[in-house]
Amino acid sequence: MIELKGVGKTFKVARRGKGTLAALQSLFHRQYDLVRALDSVSFRVDEGEIVGYIGPNGAGKSTSIKVMSGILVPDEGDCEIMGFAPWKQRREYVRQIGVVFGQRTQLWWDVPIIDSFELLRDIYSVPQPEYARNLELLTQTMDLSAFLRTPLRQLSLGQRMRAEIAASLLHSPKLLFLDEPTIGLDAPSKLAVRQFIRQINAETKLTVLLTTHDMNDIDALTDRILLIGKGKILYDGAFSQIKQRSGQSAVEEVIAELYREYAL
Amino acid sequence: MIYFKYLRMVVKSMLQYRANLVLLTIGQLLSVAGYFAGIALLFARFGSLDGWSFGEVALCFGVVTAAWSLTECFARGFDVFQSTVRRGEFDRVLLRPRGTILQILGGNFEFTRLAKLLWAFAVLGVGVTQSGVEWSALRGLTLALMVLSGFLIFSGVFILGASVCFWTVEGLEFINIFTDGGRELAAYPLTIYTRWIRRFFTFILPFGCFNYLPLLYVTGRSANGLYALTPLFALAFLLPCLLMWRSGVRHYQSTGN
Repeated sequence: MIELKGVGKTFKVARRGKGTLAALQSLFHRQYDLVRALDSVSFRVDEGEIVGYIGPNGAGKSTSIKVMSGILVPDEGDCEIMGFAPWKQRREYVRQIGVVFGQRTQLWWDVPIIDSFELLRDIYSVPQPEYARNLELLTQTMDLSAFLRTPLRQLSLGQRMRAEIAASLLHSPKLLFLDEPTIGLDAPSKLAVRQFIRQINAETKLTVLLTTHDMNDIDALTDRILLIGKGKILYDGAFSQIKQRSGQSAVEEVIAELYREYAL
Repeated sequence: MIYFKYLRMVVKSMLQYRANLVLLTIGQLLSVAGYFAGIALLFARFGSLDGWSFGEVALCFGVVTAAWSLTECFARGFDVFQSTVRRGEFDRVLLRPRGTILQILGGNFEFTRLAKLLWAFAVLGVGVTQSGVEWSALRGLTLALMVLSGFLIFSGVFILGASVCFWTVEGLEFINIFTDGGRELAAYPLTIYTRWIRRFFTFILPFGCFNYLPLLYVTGRSANGLYALTPLFALAFLLPCLLMWRSGVRHYQSTGN
């Protein structure tokens, strides 16, 4: 399904000193730092898998999701997903995937959710019967019916995230990227989101790659984790093994220890 | 067509803020009214401008204003593209299986600018009746072509400006020299300007091609029918703009979270 081989990406970041003088100087003379966001990242994910992608802030999680979803072009390496090079055949490729950024919305702010859904149906050219089927299923499993006709801006964060995830599945993608889907959610909403991801994965063999800082997400959804730090894949394997090895009982402690071990 | 579905979405969103809509529209109406009144006063004092009568300048001004308001309304997405990139919203554009230009055009309309269009038509009406032009079908057609061509050329400039955002999102104010500055300049017949300005706005930024040159034909200053066709040059101008956009999209670096 997903295969990355030696993917690398370096960003040029403008360096700027403190104060007005430095700001003025930067107008004429720019200094750049090179930040190695991804450093020969390789892994593969099979169809129907759920993979937890973890690592501290700035480790390269979002950058790799952007590469895999075709937003960014990597500097080196190969990335093949469902037979596509994501950034080359962008339009054909993105039709097959769903992407949720927990901190950004893909829905229209001022109109009822259902209107956004219908525009998405048209953007993805989803045939009406398929759309109706998906909408029915998503409305039931995500419990959306109470607020389908409410504008996005009036929804709670939990309702919004459910609507976001539903929106990304209306066109029946085979692969779903979730970038921090539970960020800021209260406990019932978190449980609902997790329950839904499990259910949809079991029913449709949807492949899911999710990033999160909440290790309970991982615990509830999958045993396979990818640990990334400073742009490198540090660990690719079973979460249960790490738990056993550390002997800690609380998942947060396990992860904190893991980060310490790799000096992240 | 998907473009109109986008359009419907923007209208729906806008109707959520009715008072805002009304106030903005009134503001637009007043701004053009004041500006044109200024020109009318100048002519009341001086009679003509380098051999161009008030009615003829009204034609010039009307064409530019009509083209500009159409551009501000329909190509608004490129005008505000800097903030789209800053907020990282271009990511979402790339995630949808549609062309980037279509999505940027469809994502943003500023209907309040159509108030300006009404004014532009009123001014054009003044020009048509006061300029003393003997109207023929061909001359009328040329006038319509001028507005359309101006719309395409201004849109091209907006696209160029937006493309620069792919490389840097700082110091983009200089683009306004060409958009706002060019618009002000083109509101009068180019003949009143010095030679290098005329050349620049004919061959580099072809604003002259959609008003000054075809007006030579429309007002009967030149019998050469080729002048009536200069608005078509807009199509040639759009091509490099679109190429610039394409290479910009490839260069897109996104922003962190």
